[in-house]
Amino acid sequence: MSVPTPGVQTYTPREFHRQAHDALGNPQIRANFRSAMDGLMAKRRDVFGDWDLEALRELGANIRLRALAKLPDLLEQLETNCQANGIRVHWAEDGEQACRIIRELCEAREAKAVIKGKSMVTEEMHLNAHLEAAGIEALESDLGEYLVQLNEQTPSHIIMPAIHLNTDEIAGIMHDKTGIERTRDVDTMTAAARSQLRERFMSADVGISGVNFAVAETGTLCLVENEGNGRMTTTVPPVHIAVTGIEKVVEQLRDVPPLYALLSRSATGQHVTTYFNMISAPRQSDEHDGPEEVHLVLVDNGRSNIYQDDELLDTLRCIRCGACMNHCPVYTRVGGHTYGTTYPGPIGSILMPHLMGLEETKDLPTASSLCGACGEVCPVKIPIPDLLVRLRQESVGEGRGNVPGAGAKRTRKEAAAWKGFQWLATHPAAWRGGTAVAGKLRALAPSRLGVWTDHRSAPKPAGTTLHALVKRHRAGKDADQDTGNTTGNTKGDNGS
Amino acid sequence: MTPVKLYPPKPEKVYFFGTCLIDLFYPEAGLDGIRLLEREGIEVLFPEDQTCCGQPAYTSGYQHEARAVAAAQLDLFPEPWPIVVPSGSCGGMMRTHYPQLFAGTGEEAQASEVAGRVFELTEFLVHVCHLRLDDRGAPEKVAMHTSCSARREMGLAETGPALLAQLGEVELVEQARPAECCGFGGTFAVRHPEVSAAMVEDKTQAIEAAGAERFVTSDCGCLMNIGGRFAHQQKAVTGEHIASYLWRRSS
Repeated sequence: MSVPTPGVQTYTPREFHRQAHDALGNPQIRANFRSAMDGLMAKRRDVFGDWDLEALRELGANIRLRALAKLPDLLEQLETNCQANGIRVHWAEDGEQACRIIRELCEAREAKAVIKGKSMVTEEMHLNAHLEAAGIEALESDLGEYLVQLNEQTPSHIIMPAIHLNTDEIAGIMHDKTGIERTRDVDTMTAAARSQLRERFMSADVGISGVNFAVAETGTLCLVENEGNGRMTTTVPPVHIAVTGIEKVVEQLRDVPPLYALLSRSATGQHVTTYFNMISAPRQSDEHDGPEEVHLVLVDNGRSNIYQDDELLDTLRCIRCGACMNHCPVYTRVGGHTYGTTYPGPIGSILMPHLMGLEETKDLPTASSLCGACGEVCPVKIPIPDLLVRLRQESVGEGRGNVPGAGAKRTRKEAAAWKGFQWLATHPAAWRGGTAVAGKLRALAPSRLGVWTDHRSAPKPAGTTLHALVKRHRAGKDADQDTGNTTGNTKGDNGS
Repeated sequence: MTPVKLYPPKPEKVYFFGTCLIDLFYPEAGLDGIRLLEREGIEVLFPEDQTCCGQPAYTSGYQHEARAVAAAQLDLFPEPWPIVVPSGSCGGMMRTHYPQLFAGTGEEAQASEVAGRVFELTEFLVHVCHLRLDDRGAPEKVAMHTSCSARREMGLAETGPALLAQLGEVELVEQARPAECCGFGGTFAVRHPEVSAAMVEDKTQAIEAAGAERFVTSDCGCLMNIGGRFAHQQKAVTGEHIASYLWRRSS
């Protein structure tokens, strides 16, 4: 059976609506995400079982908050202790500078081929494209990232980059791009990818990885993974470059087990991941393996700006588990690419405005029903719904004005409508104008009733307001005793 | 998760905040809520000047407008009676977000004091009134849709079903993914109409597949959304606010 491979397509947050429209109309995307997210939610629920999850989340939140409270000091301590261990530390203010540092490190070794472990921060800075432009080929070694790279796509999920693809689609990609015989057998396909990757692990000049937790106390870099590709990436090539956002630092080694327990369970429903790497130093003189050089690139890229605001700061608690997207009813329906950002879903909607500005991302903070599922499952208790509301305030120019592009979504028409709403709702006598008021409220956004009624019957204002009903009730004459059920609406007959 | 709340004994009087959606679209549900409370021997005070809690402006980012509207409600409850709200959404706004909205303003203390007295209707009926219901209705299969704000913001996933469970002739059926949002989300439904429509379509399918003849909810936003979808599809399933349903079957 021939399944067309999803073609190369670029996505941008500016086109969220169009991209959502396309995704909603794509039964394959809908089915892939629904079944994957259902599975992930069930696994998470089962793995926490009888744990006192609330206590653990509280602990996780406190560890992250403590680290953030001391962030500048911890970063210095991390640098000192890494350097004492022989890890060279580099600072990058933005993605471009980070790319340049990494490229120069590669060029210093005359590297032509790089093998990469999974790292969202390198996606954030488009490192692969930068290296490619410099004639350095970067191959992704995480199986999902590998498939996405073969298919010339970007990850659609921060933990499971190829979650938008099903087995048939993957079979097509493997056949088309690697030349293996078309098969639906997962083991055969995995073995094919493995043999190609093995070769590249051996021949790569540099291995590039992300970091899950950077421990200031000991100068240790922790890397969580399931495929062993992370361990290969960080130990086989002669140079290992670890790249991380500055917020990933934790104070002490003892902070790691609770965060790791939360991360693996929240992300994939695993008690532990297959591999947990703790990288403390390059190869020592009495050791037979490991890289000769280890570098740590600490990337700011907008994080310091987030850090200045005592509310937005909570965004930086994130340990990148992806549970917020797994549980998001919007993400589940539109998939990760629709967001057009490196980080999709709820965490992306509160993080990307800082990285890309609100002009580009103004439709993301509203792409949530504020159902609260994300905040409920977040292992470090980030108040994601509150932060979405805060960014809505920023995007209409009613926040503190310290997010790039603040005010980008404000329109005179909408601002006037809300002023009108304010006037009505603060003038009770006018409000009680009943149906007349209802008419006025509808007039606030006349073009908008259309989109409601595309899919639902229009709500009819009741003939009588509650104010009027209460008055009658007080007079001993209830509406339904007088006239039967005058409104009709409470019995679900709200269509017409 | 909402911290454990200590509930007061049943008071002599309560304030009733009817919410704007009920006022405009579902007034009977508000009146039925009042009747349920009165039947428990409670005098219900209905401040005449109440309008809207301010949530639509708040969730749209228009916090100045939201604060002005909320401030106008704060003065409506001068005596220390509980404030009962027949909506988890508006109740959550008043209990959780009023203190945030007024933080650092002159009304901060007043907002916190009012917030501390806010109860969602089913919460109040279960935990304060210890309501006992006598079912006088015909056998019926019913699905409960607990709104996201009642469930998550106010921690009230159990109170609605607990009340329905008292109705002997009602079989409470559980739809798939009961905790998933119906797609209303206030202005979300108009800002992202297609995503919202996909969500409500799934919700109506789940309710129908569970074999429910009716769904009840304690939030009129969800009622308007889910009910509007059923009506648009010309389905037989109808929706009703839980206050009306409880009153109708027990009176």
